[in-house]
Formats: sequence, structure tokens, C-alpha cells
Amino acid sequence: MAYFEYQNIFTQVQVQGEPEMGMAQTGENILGGERTRKATFSTLIGWLGNAQIGPIYLGWAGLISLATGTLWFNIVGLNMLSQVDWSLTQFVRQLFWLALEPPGPEHGLSMPPLNDGGWYIISSFFLLISVMAWWLRTYLLAAQHKMGKHIAWAFLAAIWLFLVLGLFRPILMGSWSEAVPYGIFPHLDWTTAFSIRYGNLYYNPFHALSIVFLYGSVLLFAMHGATILAVSRYGGDRELEQIYDRGTASERAGLFWRWTMGFNATMEGIHRWAWWFAVLTPITGGIGILLTGTVVDNWFIWAIEHNFAPEYLGAYGYEAYGTYQDFGGVPAGGN
Amino acid sequence: MFPKWFDNWNKDNPTNIFGPAIAVGVAGSAVFVAAMIVAFGQPFKTESQQTGPRGTGMHVQEFVSDLAVYPDVAGFYTSEPIVPAQGAAVMGDAAGVPPSLANLTPENYDRLVTAMREWTGIPDLLAPGNDSYQTQVAYSMIEMTQNINQNWIGHVQANAEVGVTCYTCHRGQAVPNNVWFKVSPVNSNVAGWSANQNRVTMVSNFTSLPSDYLETYLLADEAGNYANIGVHDLESRVQQQPGDPLIQQAERTYGFMNYIANSLGVNCVFCHNSRAFYDPGQVTPQWATASLGIVMVQETLAQYILPLQDVLPAERLGPVYADVPKLACRTCHQGEQQPLNGLNVIRNWPELAVLDGAPDYSAFE
Repeated sequence: MAYFEYQNIFTQVQVQGEPEMGMAQTGENILGGERTRKATFSTLIGWLGNAQIGPIYLGWAGLISLATGTLWFNIVGLNMLSQVDWSLTQFVRQLFWLALEPPGPEHGLSMPPLNDGGWYIISSFFLLISVMAWWLRTYLLAAQHKMGKHIAWAFLAAIWLFLVLGLFRPILMGSWSEAVPYGIFPHLDWTTAFSIRYGNLYYNPFHALSIVFLYGSVLLFAMHGATILAVSRYGGDRELEQIYDRGTASERAGLFWRWTMGFNATMEGIHRWAWWFAVLTPITGGIGILLTGTVVDNWFIWAIEHNFAPEYLGAYGYEAYGTYQDFGGVPAGGN
Repeated sequence: MFPKWFDNWNKDNPTNIFGPAIAVGVAGSAVFVAAMIVAFGQPFKTESQQTGPRGTGMHVQEFVSDLAVYPDVAGFYTSEPIVPAQGAAVMGDAAGVPPSLANLTPENYDRLVTAMREWTGIPDLLAPGNDSYQTQVAYSMIEMTQNINQNWIGHVQANAEVGVTCYTCHRGQAVPNNVWFKVSPVNSNVAGWSANQNRVTMVSNFTSLPSDYLETYLLADEAGNYANIGVHDLESRVQQQPGDPLIQQAERTYGFMNYIANSLGVNCVFCHNSRAFYDPGQVTPQWATASLGIVMVQETLAQYILPLQDVLPAERLGPVYADVPKLACRTCHQGEQQPLNGLNVIRNWPELAVLDGAPDYSAFE
């Protein structure tokens, strides 16, 4: 079999047999009892990764998270359904347009009427519990597995941005109306309006940093994935072995990058690069959002004050560059 | 079919030809498509209209196939005026003559009425003895047209002599397309900010933006004031004051600007440098023309359209509030930068160019 037949985004070779159920519940290993007891295999899923589905460990944090998350989801959905007079047809047709909106600015931080943002506050409370319980679950599960807490801290970075948008910034601004609506298109409207309202978010340096880390994450992921695939013929895909016992795969990968750009990460360090780039994306973004409206009210003018908004010398208006007749107008002298 | 040695050789040398075949096929097709595009040109050619300094990305783009298309232009009925002799008799207060056309000679009056019947598709418009509501509406609409041509020349002749006639909106139909009605609140069982947005409506241009921007910005409130069209603070750091714009005002303004852009077939950067929407130093002359247009619409609605509330029959009124059909940018522009692609509709109709006083026929003498 040629290497490319299994080194594909679709795994073409699957093993299905007796499911791997994990450690038995003995001694201090409390995980055994709380796992679901069944496991199945899915050929479809196997094309993308491991074909085995389950068992899953929920734990008390996972159960709370799922319950409150379901409550949030249903409150949002039922509010949307109510807005179209309980018409399922319209609900499906307008699903991407509908939203559960935060209260209007006149309500400040008080509890608004249910039909004017009250449900938004209640559902947001459940969403907060759900997300925080899920975070706790990632932390506890890592502790039980005697792992580092890197996943939990990375998740917390994303939660930071979530909390800035929906909790910290509205409180600092003194109004829940600053929060983001729950809806597909409406939250995009909010994003645009937010940027325009505060004088163009592109001039917010923390927004710029966030974009750097976001695009940087993508670039690093592509570089690392490509590098490992390129040296897997030398065992490079067994990264842990290469970390503690560097072999020719690591040597070649490192030499490739050093001779390409003068610098190379290490087999272990590349994962820290990726982790920090990913984590810094929402951390810097959250700082930028938190400063907007609380400290800086117009980022474009702020950029002029700090001398980094370029000036463009040139005429405004199409008359300086052509005529309307050249671009859709009726020829002169018509009629 | 093939010689035995050939079959044997193939059997002894198995080769996967599918991989190379797919690769050659894909690459070959790409080369073929690229060669065709080079040879015959881009099938969906586009053209850009630069609207601002180089480097700002300010331009409006269109498909070339859409550029030299002038819908409705050919349907514009017109005729040259008949220059009245010195001291010729005028219509005066003859029965059934709209007061603002009293200065017309009978020949020109008949000429204009003929044209108006073509423009509006109403065959008995202003016929003697016709006392339907259409007569009253016509009186008001003629004055409106004259007012726009005389007093809003900064908008309707901003770039060239274009002007408006009945046809600018009506296009041969008794009720113009692209009118709007009040629809807000659009959502059931909610109040406030939740109630006026997030629905597919004509007036929201099928976006989830608020559906109430036209009534908010173009109709006066009970005190006679119009809502402020503004989204920014104009300093980098300010204390939020009551009445300062919030995200909600920004979103509603965005809905309104999107309406204007759709009405004119342009985008944000036809008027604004999108990096600083508010900055008067970075807008185009079209921004000023549009700003005049907003005030023109406000005045026109208040003076000529809203008073028709009690004149129009029920079937002409809006579906939600039974309100009068209202005009705004799209009613005239209908997707073009200038209505009827900038066709000079006023040249032959000095009768419609003045609200007070006699028509000026000097260009035809």
C-alpha cells in the first residue's frame, strides 16, 4: 500500500472490533463508574478519525452544563418561535433572521420586562452557568487524568472574550443593551454596528493584535501540519518520541525551516507557539472590546491622535475620475 | 484483441493509471479554461467607477452587461413645448384646471395633460368632470413635482439637468412601484428594540436590520423633529450623554444607508470613505447631494404625501396602519445613480419646472 492511501484527510484504513472501554473503576480512578457503558462504531466517523463512538464521561459538571445549555437553547428558540406567532413555517423560513435581542438601552442594568429583553437576561444566566460548568468539566477531567490544564486555560481564554462581550463590558457601560443578540444574522448586524459606532474597530490596536494571532494561528497550524506530514516517513508523526529522543525526522524538519527562514522552532516548542497564538487571539480581542466605549469612543480619531491613520491626498467623488455617462448614464443629449 | 505479448506485459507490470489520469484531467481542464479566458476574455466582465483617492478602495462596480441598459428610458413620452404668443390667453381658473397650471396656454395645458396620462397610465386623468380622488391627488402631485424642480434643484440637477416628472416615479403605472408603508413592529409578542427588526421585510431590504428606519428618519415626530442620523462620537474619548448614539442608532442608521445604497445601485463608498463614515473631510460630493435628498424627502412627505391620507381610498392605503403610500429614494431612483439613468426629463417641460410664476419657454424661442 502506498503511503498516500492512508495518509489522507480521509482515513481509508479503519479498525473495528472489540471497543476500547478504558480503565476499569479501581482505587482512585473514579472515572470508570461515570462513563456510559456502551460504545459503537461508525464507518462514516472512521473516515475522519477514530471509528469508535463512546463511552463518554459527563460528570456532574457536564450534566449541569448540558441541562442549563439546553435551557438557554430552548429559551432562545421558543422566543424566536413566539416572534413569528408560533408558525413553524415562518420559524424555518426566517430562522437566520430571527433573534433573542438584549433589552433596549432605556432599561440600563435593571431587569427588563420579559418581552423586552427579560428572556435574554434569563437565558444569558443559564448560558453563563452552562459555559462555566463545561469549563470546570475540562479542568476536572484533566485533573483526573493527571494531565496539565492547558486545555482548560485555552478554553478560558475564549470564555474571557465571551464574558467581555456579554457580561463585563455591558456592566462597565451600565446597560445590558450593549450585549450581543442571539441570532445568526442579527449578531453579525451587531458586529458591524459596533465597529461603526465606535469609529471603526480596525483602528483598535488590540483588534489588530487579535487578527495577527488569529491568522498567525492558521499559518502556524499549516506549517506544523505540513512539516510533520513531510517527515512522517522518518517517524516524525510520532511527535512525543521525537521530543524526548530527537531523530532524523526532527533534524530534517528543523533544518528545513532554518535554511528556509533562518530560524526553526523545536519539536516541543512548536506546540507552545501554537498554543500561545491560539490563546492570545481571544485574550487580545477581549481587551480590545473591553476598551471600546469604556475608554475609547472613536478609534479612528484615536488613531489620528496617535499618528497612525494615513492621509490620502486625492479627489473625492467620481467626477474627478470619469463621468456618469461612462458608467451607466444615458448618453449626453438624450431626449 | 491486442497481441498476447501486450496483454502479458500489462499483466506483469500492473500500474495504477487512475491517479495520473485524474491529475492530467484536472490540470488539462484548468489549462483549457485558462486558455479560453485568455482567448475570449472574461465572460462576466466588470467595470469600476472610482469614487475616491487611490489606495482607499473607493469604487462602485457593475457588470459591463448591466451598464448600457436603460430600463424605462424608451418609455418616456415627451413633446416640445409650443411657445405662446405675446399676450396669449392662459387657462386661468377654468373648471378642473389644477391651480398650479393656471399659467399655461391651452395648447401647452393639453400637451401636458396628454403626457401625464401617458406617464401615469391613467387615461381619464384630469378629464373635465372627473371628480374621482385621482383628480385631487393629481393637483397635489403636480405641485409636488413643481416644488422639487424649482426648490430642490441642488438635488435633482446636482450633476446635470435631469429634473423629475410624473414618469420619474410612475413609469406608466397609476401607483408607482417602490413606495413604502409603516410596518413596525414586525415581531409578535415582543416590545421595544426586539420588536422592530430581525424579520425579512421589503423595507428592511431582506436583511435582519431594523424595519423602522424610514419612518424614524423621514417622518417627523409629534413635536415636528426628525431623528438624528448619526452613529459616532466625534471625539476619541467622551462621556456618554443622554441622546448620544448607541449601537441601536448605529444599526438603524446602517439600515437606512443600506436602503439608500440599494436604491441607487451603489455601495457605501459612493458617498463615504468607509474608514471614517462621519468625517466631512472624507466624503464625496454625492454625500452632499444625498443629504439634500434626505431633507427633500422629509419635506415632500410632510407637505404633499401625508396630507393625502384622507383623500386616498382604503385600497390604496397600507396593510398594517392604513397609512398613505410614501416615497423615498427608491421611488424615483429605482436602482440607478440618477433616475432614468440621468435622462433629462425636465427639458421639454418648463410647465413642471416652476411652482410659482409662469413657465419659462425662452430656450425654445
